[in-house]
Formats: sequence, structure tokens, C-alpha cells
Amino acid sequence: MEEQIGGLTWTVLDGDKLTAAEIYGEVLTHLGTKRSDIVALTADLAKSTKIGKFGDKFPGRFFNVGIAEQNMFGIASGLALAGFIPFVSTFAVFTSMRAAEQVRTDICYQNLNCKIIATHAGVSFGQAGTTHHCTEDIAIMRSFANMTVIVPADGYETGKAVQACVDWKGPVYIRIGRGFEPRVHKDDKFDYKIGKARVMREGTDLTIIACGAPLVAAVDAADYLKKNDKLSVRVINMHTIKPIDREVIEKAVKDTRRIITIEEHNIMGGLGSAVAEIVADLGKGCAFKRVGIPDEFAPVGYPEDLYSHYKLDTNGIIESVRELLGKEYEEDEDWEDEV
Amino acid sequence: MPLSEKEFKELTEKAHQIRKDVIQTVVWSGGGHVGGSLSQVEILVALYYKFLNIKPKEPKWADRDRVILSKGHGGVGYAPVLADKGYFNKSLLKDFNHTGSAFGMHLDSLKVKGVDASTGSLGHGLSIAVGLAMGARLAKKKYVTYCIMGDGELAEGTIWEAAMSAAHYKLNNLIGIVDKNLLCIDGPTKDIMNIDPVDEKWKAFGWKVKTVNGHDFYELCNAIEQAIAYKDGPFVIIANTIKGKGVDFMEGVPAWHYGGIDAAKAKKALESIDRMYGKK
Repeated sequence: MEEQIGGLTWTVLDGDKLTAAEIYGEVLTHLGTKRSDIVALTADLAKSTKIGKFGDKFPGRFFNVGIAEQNMFGIASGLALAGFIPFVSTFAVFTSMRAAEQVRTDICYQNLNCKIIATHAGVSFGQAGTTHHCTEDIAIMRSFANMTVIVPADGYETGKAVQACVDWKGPVYIRIGRGFEPRVHKDDKFDYKIGKARVMREGTDLTIIACGAPLVAAVDAADYLKKNDKLSVRVINMHTIKPIDREVIEKAVKDTRRIITIEEHNIMGGLGSAVAEIVADLGKGCAFKRVGIPDEFAPVGYPEDLYSHYKLDTNGIIESVRELLGKEYEEDEDWEDEV
Repeated sequence: MPLSEKEFKELTEKAHQIRKDVIQTVVWSGGGHVGGSLSQVEILVALYYKFLNIKPKEPKWADRDRVILSKGHGGVGYAPVLADKGYFNKSLLKDFNHTGSAFGMHLDSLKVKGVDASTGSLGHGLSIAVGLAMGARLAKKKYVTYCIMGDGELAEGTIWEAAMSAAHYKLNNLIGIVDKNLLCIDGPTKDIMNIDPVDEKWKAFGWKVKTVNGHDFYELCNAIEQAIAYKDGPFVIIANTIKGKGVDFMEGVPAWHYGGIDAAKAKKALESIDRMYGKK
């Protein structure tokens, strides 16, 4: 019943008109035609998460379990134990906190082949307030052994991630926003591998490591700084937070000695922390700055306003780059000698 | 078919042996959830020696009946049954709870053959069982999924989320068994958080309910047979049991939820179990 996936037709989708969630809905539906072992679940958010598209096509393999997230992840683990690959989609806040123990104990502990697509993450549902914001999930999910954590930057990358996770063994957490974020990719003509970061811009003065929706602003900031400040800023798309691409971080320290991390998440425990762990392990001098939500509950607001408030937009990132370039770090010509 | 006299005798002898194995395993482990492991004996023996369609030499056989011990702390009472069925060598139980052992007090499905799901955090098992039952239907498999819960565990809200969904999906391949031994860790369930009238609760959630004496093989087997035959939805058996059943100084004593047994206590416990079965 398992067929290799190839020749996806979702590439014809128009990334300008479709949200990330809509694209994943289409990709999942396409995968469903090839793989009869894929099932999908949601908790009364079929429309909001777009997993309902799969349900429209495969009603027999789609379960809307009502507003009961803990039960949903328990059921998903049972379906995985029965040999299916459940794709479960609800808001990030309910996945990572309401159902955290089911995700950890039922799914991760048993290393089950369960794929989670958590939507409305970060402050992407800004107007809904703290009950619906989710700036903790990367920290929570990456602390669960066996879990793979992916934060796609836009719809095309979400499509790639959904496709790639089907044959990736074990539980996967894919974190996306509400779906109206601008895209960073023109199309889906790029190589994508779970755990392998992508260098979006080469550079030697400083490295920005970003994930998720703010990546597009990081790329814009690098382009602006190149043109106006004559700065060479490397931009790394760290779409997989776990397992993290250690090599690309070590290279960034070595080549640029300055790193800024950009994430739509509490600066404690997320991408910034994950990168800082690698930098600290390395023991090399590196000026470092984490940009994200500074350990507070974000105010209510339109996502774009909140991005601007937290310096996750192009202007904010430019400001952070200029600030970090003014900072001293211990320079040592002899890289090998340094402790 | 009602239980034959011969079957009754065999099941009773098996329960006698398992009770003694449980005491022995708790001695080896240095401490264990002995009370609830003794209350569930007849439930496990009835399932494993009369009803389950399993192949212990092929533990991952796709068509096997599934058992989810949602009251996962019953692991020290479950492992001896799995050993006796031939899933693994009984001598492995000597390391139960020891550092580095495959056997912790809550059994790990990735480490212990025959365990269909890792449990231990209460209130999780029924949702997993619902998923398995849905999976069986989807894969057009005939297996039955059994979920054994404790009565204290029924205070967990997720049990009722799962109960609602089992009825919603009319899962007639799912059988719940509540080991109603009346005690939580801190005291009587009715004082800690009353769950009665529990039969009416399950009924209200859309389940067919049968209440039995959980130590009486005739009643228990009759109920399981009815549950298997029932085709309109999920079926739950409320098995009234005694925590610590068979060991006189443990019966009905909350403190024996978890405890260690030294040589003297083990001797007394085994003697009490023998007395229960009319042996010397």
C-alpha cells in the first residue's frame, strides 16, 4: 500500500493566491491519493487549518473529533499503532500545551509515525490575543525526545515539508502561521531536506539565522544592507529546528563571527536558544543577538504590527544588524588555537 | 457459551499461579503496585487464557487482538501474564524495576514484547484504544481492542473525551473494562472523587454497560462474551473488585497501592493466596 511519492502536481499551485495552510491542504490531499495509509484528524478546525481539504477528498480517512485535542492526539497514536500515518492539525497553542502530554507520552515516547501540522503559531493570529498566540511551542516541542521540529517560511516550503515528512520516520511537528504571510520563495523549484538549512544569501560580515514567516524580512534586510550599507549579510533559513544543522551554524561563526537569530517565538527556548547552544558548545568568540518575543505575552494586534513591534520586520532586522556590527567580539586570527 | 466447569477450573488455577507470580515479581522488583495488580488478575486471566486472539511468538502479528492497560501501574501484575503466555522468559522479571532493565513499573511497548501501548500516565489509554479500534475498522481487520481502566483513573477528563468519541464512531470492536477496586492512592475513590453512579455515566456517554463481580470467572467471561457479540457500539464491563485481592493484609488497604514486600511478608502473602484457593 505504500507507494513512493514523485511527480507532485501541487507545483502548479499559485503561491501568491494560496496561503501556506491551503497549500499544505492541497499537498496532503495529493499525497492521500498516492498513499492509502495517510489519515487526517482535526478538532473542529477543519476549515481554519485547511486539513478539511483532505477530508473532502477522503471522508473515510478523515476524523473531526470535536473540540477535544488531548483525545485527538491519543487517537492519532492509536491509529499510528494500527499502521497508519496520521496527519493531525489544530492550532499550535492547543497542540503544544493543551495536548502536550499526549504528544510527548503517547506519540514521542512510542516514537510513532505521527505528523503534526500546528497552525496559527507565533503571533500570526495577533488579534485573537494570548489565548490563541503561541510563542512557546518550539521550546516545548524540541524538548521532546524523538520529535522533529520544522518551521517553514512560506507556503511552498510548507508543501515541501509536508511531502518530506511522510517518509521521515517518527513524529514531526510542522509549525506554520495563519497563512497570510508573504512568501519568500517564487516557486517550489528548490531542494529541500529535513535537517539541512538553506543559505538564502551568502555573506561574510554577519549571519542572520531565521525561521518561519520573518525569514522574508531577513532576506529583504540583507538585500537592503548590501545596497545601502555595503554590508555582506548571510541569511540562513533554519527551517528545521531539530535536528538542527550544526555544520551551517559552526560555519557562520567561523566565517562571520556575528550571528543574529530571528524568530516569531519567545527568545527563550526557541531557534535563538537552539543556535546559542551550538555556538556555546563550539567555544569560539561570536557576537550574538536573539530577536523574538522577549519573554512576555504579546499584545493584541495585527500580525504585521506585532512583527514591527518586536523588530521582526525588515526595518527592525536592519536595526539589529547595524547594532550588532558595532559590538566588539574577541578576534583571534588563529581559529584553531581559540578555546 | 457459558464457561464450562473444566475452563473454570483451569482459569482459577491460572489466577492462583499469577497471583503468586505477582507477589514474586514485587519481591524481585523491591516494590510495586501490588494492590491494583491483584485486583486485575481475573480480568487479565480471562482475556489471555480464554478470549484473546494472539500469537505470543509473533507479538506484532497484524491481526492480533489489542490490550491497552490504561491503568499502566498494573504493569507489575501484567508482565507475569505476558511471561506466562510466552512473550518472554519469566526469568527476565527478576530484573523488574532494576536499573537498566527493560521492565519499569509502567511497561514500555518498545521494550516489552506483547505490550500494545506504553501507558502509565492515567487517562491516556482509552484514546489510544479508540484510535486502534478506528484503525482496525479502516484496515478492515477483525481484531478487538480491549482497554483496562482503573476506577480512580475515571476522574481524568480525557477518559470521557475518549468515551464520547468511541460512541460517536460506534466502535463495536472496542471493549472497556473498569477494574473498580474502589481505592485511589490517597483513599477510597468515593471520598477522593466520587465516580458513581459510574454505570449510568458510561450509559449516558453511549456505551452498553454490564456490571459484574470482577473476581468471578463465570460473570466476567459471560460479560466479555456479550461484549464481543454486541454490534451496536462500544461495550464497557464494570468489574467490581477488591484491591489487593487474595492477600488478607492488603485487601482494601489503600497503603498497599504501592509497597515493598520483604521475605516475611512474602511468605504471609503467598500463604494467604493459597488459603484463597483452598490450598494449605
